[in-house]
Amino acid sequence: MDLEFSPEEIAFRDEVRTFITENYPEELRGKQDEGDELTKEDFLSWHRVLHKKGWVAPAWPVEYGGTGWTVTQRFIFSEETARADCIRLMPFGLTMVGPVIYTFGTPEQKAHFLPRILSGEDWWCQGYSEPGSGSDLASLRTKAVRDGDHYVVNGQKTWTTMAQHADWGFFLVRTDPDAKMQEGISFLLIDMKTPGIEVRPIITLGGEHEVNEVFLDNVKVPVENRVFEENKGWTCAKFLLAHERVGIAGVAASKRGIEKIKDIARTEIDGDKPLLANPFYRRKVAELEMDLTALEFTELRTLAGEAAGKGPGPESSVLKIKGSEIQQRLTELALEAAGHYGAPYFRGFGEGDNEHPIGPDWAHRTAPSYYNMRKTTIYGGSNEIQRNIIAKMVLGL
Amino acid sequence: MDLSYTETQDMLRDTLARFLADTYDFETRKKMIASPEGRDPGIWRALSAELGLTSAPFAEEYGGMGGGHLENLIMMEELGKVIAIEPWLQTVVIGGGALQAVGGAVASEVIPRIIAGDCVIAWAYAEPTGRYDLANVATTAKKDGAGYVLSGHKAVVYAAPWATHLLVTARTGGSQRERAGVDLFLVDARSTGITRRDYPTVDGFRASEIYFENVAVPAEALLPGGIDLIERIADEAAMAVCAEGTGIARKLLEGTVEYTKQRKQFGQPIGKFQALQHRMADMLVEAEQIASMTLMGTLKLGLPAVERKAAVSLAKAKVARSIKFVGQSAIQTHGGIGITMELAIGHYFKRATMIENQFGSADVHLDRYEALTLAA
Repeated sequence: MDLEFSPEEIAFRDEVRTFITENYPEELRGKQDEGDELTKEDFLSWHRVLHKKGWVAPAWPVEYGGTGWTVTQRFIFSEETARADCIRLMPFGLTMVGPVIYTFGTPEQKAHFLPRILSGEDWWCQGYSEPGSGSDLASLRTKAVRDGDHYVVNGQKTWTTMAQHADWGFFLVRTDPDAKMQEGISFLLIDMKTPGIEVRPIITLGGEHEVNEVFLDNVKVPVENRVFEENKGWTCAKFLLAHERVGIAGVAASKRGIEKIKDIARTEIDGDKPLLANPFYRRKVAELEMDLTALEFTELRTLAGEAAGKGPGPESSVLKIKGSEIQQRLTELALEAAGHYGAPYFRGFGEGDNEHPIGPDWAHRTAPSYYNMRKTTIYGGSNEIQRNIIAKMVLGL
Repeated sequence: MDLSYTETQDMLRDTLARFLADTYDFETRKKMIASPEGRDPGIWRALSAELGLTSAPFAEEYGGMGGGHLENLIMMEELGKVIAIEPWLQTVVIGGGALQAVGGAVASEVIPRIIAGDCVIAWAYAEPTGRYDLANVATTAKKDGAGYVLSGHKAVVYAAPWATHLLVTARTGGSQRERAGVDLFLVDARSTGITRRDYPTVDGFRASEIYFENVAVPAEALLPGGIDLIERIADEAAMAVCAEGTGIARKLLEGTVEYTKQRKQFGQPIGKFQALQHRMADMLVEAEQIASMTLMGTLKLGLPAVERKAAVSLAKAKVARSIKFVGQSAIQTHGGIGITMELAIGHYFKRATMIENQFGSADVHLDRYEALTLAA
């Protein structure tokens, strides 16, 4: 066992570092620094840079466009991108439906969809939750009825992140209304431009438009866009959820987040000293670093297991629970550091606005991001559902 | 970076686990503790002379297998799984660790005897009012001719009643809480002027209050390195009890899950109730983090002092918090039977509770971490 990077790994780290410095889109960097809302094009600009380099999907098998990196190289890559404040790529294609397609898809599906996910040509969204099916996902009622060479889909999905930009969506639909729960579900790939699909925005507490409702009214989906067998879609769903939970831990980004909190707490003055000299605030920072280190090494242990041939299983629930809690605590500490200036509600500056900023330039983002990040313990299977998974799948209760 | 164990390390773990499975059941442990000596020296002989396991963390020049901290982690974790009362921590990790760090003639003489099972070392570092400050030492070591004369009172010295050697911290200079002037001595436990009050500890070991009254020791008794060496030894010891805690936490969880599958209330196994399932899921989360932090801290024991201390403090603080949760949850989930001496679970809890504060509580370590890394 060895924690140190080998000379080859250090060379790789330097290569990644240099690549980011030389290739990260300047316009995107500027918008991030200003705290501007990012557009679809902003997200895609970094995606395309990575795709061109062949680094957009490190975890994929090489035959489908992965990098063939070791677990350590992947760890280094995520560390370096977080360290340089690169945006996180949209996961819906790259870490969700992509792996489902290369694992369960037909040769035609692989050939068509995988290159388009890699290039960013298709923007994906996830049609899982419904108004009546949140934690109890398997109770979903969106119906797909076979009619010759296609399905006719009717129903409603919700919490569909970034569906306003999506070209395609992967949907869980009920194909056998008489089967019990999980058994009558199929996994469909749906072109979001198909007639009968309507996307309506949901505005969340931070004022952002991230999620949507998606209405499906007699939407025709070709049968060849079903992944895996009819009524066996739950297999894909579970596989995808386990993959989703690993990435959800967000270790590298949270490490970067703590560094920012510390910078802020060294600058903000509390009485006659920096906020970080306040023993109560400092203790919370230390405890967060402690818990994040525990999460990081839990992830490293999981990755080492993965390298030894064990896929991400129910243990990934541990990563989801702790990772999401830590992301939330980061936003709590930032909001607390902002003091009075946590309250003003405005989102960046309009074009050509030369007004003096209100409060420290980072402070106006703290409350919206605190509100926004309450989602982390709810999405991807709420943390209570993760505990159910651990109890059932790991502890055998 | 590579976080996998070698085949040799896996074999080492299996050998110890199999031996303990055969010899160290709960009833046998109870009998050992109740015996006049409070242990079965045959077990120590088997671990050392017969199985050769005590050689694992030592360099080959001393007759060891060439392992190190990771081997101690493996051993301590397995010993923790049976809440073993063997003096591995004191003799191999602390005594052996100090000697290996110092090297020279004394190491060449004593380490082979540790490996052979001929000596038990106890670490006399705590004092009645010193709490967890390793530099808060009132015991004195006065220069006397070529050697030293030790005087003072050492508190709660685990394994002292069994010890052939005492590893003693004492002041060769400076005032009571000064870092400078604290040194480490390896002393024959039967030296003239040493008296002991022996007692059992709540977690199944034997320990002593030790009184040094003008105990003359030769010059070679001083192991050079001062407070820096003492802190390093304490950090290695802290990570070793974290490893022990890893094994204990796994057994606390396992025992609790098993129990809730058997125990019925309201017509069903209590493990079917979600309130208890979620608590046990949280126990798993905490147990995993104990394992993760133990590994992290252990792998960083070889780093320069500041980085080592920061890593060990973060690990020990987390382990202290998490093992408290796992232990208390195990007892709560068992209900009344959990607070009796009858089941093993309570005995795991008792040792887990002592691990929380051994070599520094969560607060002590968070303080040290903050002082080292969070300067404003």
